[in-house]
Amino acid sequence: MSSHAHTEHEEHFLDKYAARIYLAVLLALLFLTVVTVGASYIDLGPANIVVALLIATTKACLVGLFFMHLLHDKPINGMVLVAGFMFLGLLLSFCLLDIDNRYHIAPTNKAVPKASGIMVPVPGEGPAKPMGEAAPAAEGTKPPAAGHEKKQ
Amino acid sequence: MSTTTVELHGDHHGHHDPTLQHHFATKDQQFDTSKLGMWLFLATEIMLFGVLFVGFGLSQTKWPDEFKEAHHHLQRPLGALNTIVLLISSWTMVMGVLSAKKGKTQALRIYLILTILCACIFLGVKYFEYSHKIEEGLLPGQWYKYHETIPEHIKGASVFFSFYFMMTGLHGFHILCGVLVLAWITIRAGKGEFGPNYYTPVDLVGLYWHLVDLIWIYLFPLLYLIQ
Repeated sequence: MSSHAHTEHEEHFLDKYAARIYLAVLLALLFLTVVTVGASYIDLGPANIVVALLIATTKACLVGLFFMHLLHDKPINGMVLVAGFMFLGLLLSFCLLDIDNRYHIAPTNKAVPKASGIMVPVPGEGPAKPMGEAAPAAEGTKPPAAGHEKKQ
Repeated sequence: MSTTTVELHGDHHGHHDPTLQHHFATKDQQFDTSKLGMWLFLATEIMLFGVLFVGFGLSQTKWPDEFKEAHHHLQRPLGALNTIVLLISSWTMVMGVLSAKKGKTQALRIYLILTILCACIFLGVKYFEYSHKIEEGLLPGQWYKYHETIPEHIKGASVFFSFYFMMTGLHGFHILCGVLVLAWITIRAGKGEFGPNYYTPVDLVGLYWHLVDLIWIYLFPLLYLIQ
């Protein structure tokens, strides 16, 4: 449906062979389905999920490029699709950042009181005694975040 | 602005075309605009399913053993069968769009009916799978009652089936909606409304249908084939 002159010939070519191309794409998709099912029976360890996702992405590209006409469509439509996936990547990466760091922050915070001198064992007066109010934290160090410790 | 539009209408279309809405200058512009709108909708669909995929992936890293055990209860051959059915339906859909583009109205009707048929087979298989799971007690959250599960695995396994039912259920709902719009398109095709001049609805429903297929392409290996 493009009005550009140079695509006229292309469109004619596509219309002529479209049915054959679609059939070839369908056969490729069915073949890849068989491959992905077959690969799932072979134990590749952590590589299994990578192989499965690679095959799925190949299939998705075939569907997108040929069945959804993205190969010869206006680029804006493909850009919308890619933008959707990019936002999805953003969601995934921020979730992973959060999950990966959630359990490592807490021990670091525990060490902070000792270093900053809020919890100092006073000689002759028994075990550690909180001195947070009497002796303010040393300059340049953050006070311990109570919220993170609770999450443990 | 209105004078410009009238002039453009006068330039390109001598007679009144019922399929060209007055606020578009040309049919190409109308088609491209509709298509872009559809793609924006499809992007929101990707986000909708994407949240579930991200949640599934993160839960899988939290309960890897439980998820692995739970996924053995899914019937892999049925999942593979549904994948093949959906891929074939995608092909019949794209052939329908091609037929409409070439003005083969009879072929368009046949391809659309075949697509609906494939969708019904998919839903039938899904119904069979669901009823099997309900019988066994492989249900989400608090309803999880599968008797052979190790007590330590119950939490993770019930989360797996929460994701399973939510993702396949939402996808099945999309298939159901697809059947309804396909039926609507088939009725309109029966009236001879589509041809090389105007087939935008067929094309857009096709895009929607391919996206539903595309989501299943990812759902199938992640739910049925994880190791």
